[in-house]
Amino acid sequence: MSKEPAAPPSTPDAPPALELCGIDKRFGAVHANRAITFAVAAGSSHGLIGENGAGKSTLMNIVYGFHCADSGEIRVQGRTVEIGSPQQAIAAGIGMVHQHFMLVENFTVLENVVLGVEGGALLAGGLAAARAELGRLARDYGLEVPLDAVVSELSVGLQQRVEILKALYRGAEVLILDEPTAVLTPHEADQLFAMLRRLRAQGKAVILVTHKLREIMAVTDRVTVMKQGAVVAEVATRETSPRGLAEHMVGRAVLLQVEKRPAQPGAELLSVKALEVRDRLGVARLKSVSFNLRAGEIVGIAGVAGNGQSELLEALAGTRAASRGEISFGGRDLVREQLDPRARRALGLAHVPEDRLRMGVVAGFSAADNAILGYHDAARFNRGGLRDEAAIRAACAAKMAEFDVRPPQPELRLAAFSGGNQQKLVLAREIDADPQVLLIGQPTRGVDIGAIEFIHKRLIALRDAGKALLLVSVELDEILALADRILVMNGGEIIGELARADATEEKIGLMMAGVRAEVSP
Amino acid sequence: METYTLIVLLLAATIRVATPLLLAAMAGLFSERSGVIDLGLEGKMLGAAFAAAAVSATTGSVWLGLGAGILTAVALALVIGYACITHRGNQVVAGMAVTIMVVGLGPTLGLAWFNLGGQTPQLDGAGQRFTGILWPWAETAREVPLPGLLYAELLSGQNLLVYFAAALVPFSAWIFYRTRFGLRLRAVGENPHAVDTAGISVNGLRYQAVIISGVLCGFAGTYLSTAASSGFVRDMTAGKGYLALAALIFGKWKPWPTLGACLLFAFTDALATRLQGVALPVVGVVPVQFILALPYVLTVLLLAGFVGQAVAPKAIGVPYSKEK
Repeated sequence: MSKEPAAPPSTPDAPPALELCGIDKRFGAVHANRAITFAVAAGSSHGLIGENGAGKSTLMNIVYGFHCADSGEIRVQGRTVEIGSPQQAIAAGIGMVHQHFMLVENFTVLENVVLGVEGGALLAGGLAAARAELGRLARDYGLEVPLDAVVSELSVGLQQRVEILKALYRGAEVLILDEPTAVLTPHEADQLFAMLRRLRAQGKAVILVTHKLREIMAVTDRVTVMKQGAVVAEVATRETSPRGLAEHMVGRAVLLQVEKRPAQPGAELLSVKALEVRDRLGVARLKSVSFNLRAGEIVGIAGVAGNGQSELLEALAGTRAASRGEISFGGRDLVREQLDPRARRALGLAHVPEDRLRMGVVAGFSAADNAILGYHDAARFNRGGLRDEAAIRAACAAKMAEFDVRPPQPELRLAAFSGGNQQKLVLAREIDADPQVLLIGQPTRGVDIGAIEFIHKRLIALRDAGKALLLVSVELDEILALADRILVMNGGEIIGELARADATEEKIGLMMAGVRAEVSP
Repeated sequence: METYTLIVLLLAATIRVATPLLLAAMAGLFSERSGVIDLGLEGKMLGAAFAAAAVSATTGSVWLGLGAGILTAVALALVIGYACITHRGNQVVAGMAVTIMVVGLGPTLGLAWFNLGGQTPQLDGAGQRFTGILWPWAETAREVPLPGLLYAELLSGQNLLVYFAAALVPFSAWIFYRTRFGLRLRAVGENPHAVDTAGISVNGLRYQAVIISGVLCGFAGTYLSTAASSGFVRDMTAGKGYLALAALIFGKWKPWPTLGACLLFAFTDALATRLQGVALPVVGVVPVQFILALPYVLTVLLLAGFVGQAVAPKAIGVPYSKEK
């Protein structure tokens, strides 16, 4: 990714395109934004970075009119504006591309773009006018989208383009993008960055909200770092480094790359042969997948979300039935014997599910109860047919101490913990059972940088203890940081395998997009 | 009777049964496309039927009756809206609650006001009912075998509300697919977040949809008590609100297919009435209870077997809040 020089603002004295002055917001006891002040010049791009819960989203929701600030001012082109609703934000020239797209899936692109600015009570005239205007925008900014395609049939990258078009069509001069690359392939992300540079060159102000340091470095001119609701640093991007930003975010030095020794793979622990999974409609979601896992290695599964990784994890864990194939583990065939997840756990096959809140925990239960979920029948948690509350609490307290779960209160409802601490508890629970193989999906989704470091270290320690790990992650950085061997999935198949030493982001990115290893240059 | 006379009479009966069904289904269409489940159809219709008959009987004007029916149904719709839209209550519970309330309230008020065992007085005065409108030369046309009979029995001789219901289908389709309001309405039932971020009020749209549903239920109820019969009778909707909902689902939440579903349900109902006491070949006389159950059996079979592909508006039944 090359970094182009920023287009200078039109005149040195021009007021900033967007200026936030002392924005303050409380939700009850939570001080979400503390006197936030920063400015974004027209023709520049500004990064807003911070961990989950740092207050980035709250701030952007205030700018877009979803929330009202308790105090502070928003200025657009030097004028103070009152933004109490998205409509006022749009009128002020602020556009937002949300992380979860705000598109009506069964509408066409054209219908989605005009929704809210139809230009008359009857659709026909407005749609024709919009079609012409969108043609112009597409030419000016390189935003080609098939206008009559139904949105649900477009790729995620194109859907994001529709969102950007929506904002531009409404005359946005300030474009806010919230975690825009979370759902993109590396290639699509590069296309997005190119698009953002073009917008910047045309004089738009771009605000990129993210927790990914790489993106900040790739496309922004200045960056504001938020922590616990306050701005802790504002620097020119070229004068900082990922490491420097991470330190600001966490408040201490962080290791972005966890140290690890080369793997010492041992005996084969698990092998998968020609595994096939069909969904309810009979469509094959997993097509003849074969691979093996050896003791003392981490195998990473890379791929754009929705290419069969989830199905693979679930088929291995036993939460989804395989229609064909073989999973050999501990001398048994898990598919033929149709072992349920509990039996597989008992054999030493533990599972940290991808969707923690839906499949890994019960958010309304206490941390102590969550820490024994799935193992609640173990003799050490029961006495005389009843739960042994003291033992359960003690076990949870021990796990919390070992995994640095904060606050260390076993009786607290799990929902009250941050994502990182929830994940640490789930990991502690699964590791505590001393599995031979650990299946782990999206280990750091919704987890802050400090906790990511901790979780990565634990996973490597587990590998060094001679266990086998299967890591599914949509974060390519994470795969590259942890895996010893990388399998890339596309369309329900393993499309290629790379040793860590041979793997580069470009190679994996091509495979993720469906280009097979043999034909890639 | 000649076969085609029989068929024409059967079709005429179909139209009579289909009208309230169609009005209610269109009411449900507006509400459900906006994302609000309309289980209050039955209650709103019943309330309107009572109000229309009571006012028509008291004032002698069926038009005032229609107005009262609409007002009542809209008021009930607003109760549902207030609970479900403003306060994000459970839409199924709110709709059922209104229905159950009206089932009891109608006859109670009727008893208090008219002292006729919960019914309203017989509407027999001039202008107290919607009656059939004879088209020109209808009686002459009757002499011409098939086309004439169709003209005389089906096109001519219906009351205003029937024509209104028939016109409502193309009009609704036009609203939904050709107007700004329709685009927004369809959007809010699919992804209210998209509507909100586009700067349009989600609650405002849903209230409009719910009010339209009330107005149309007002027509449906008024039809029942002042056109199809002459006065309000306890439980006179007899599940038609739910049947309309079934037709709406069978019609995949689209105006024209919903019309088809309503006509199909109405036809089986008309057929069932016609079959009462008739000795059929092989089976002989079928018990009347079985025949009356026929439309509902058909509903269950159709919903279970033939609408597998029906995709409901994605946001239906989910109260909207800004936080995801």
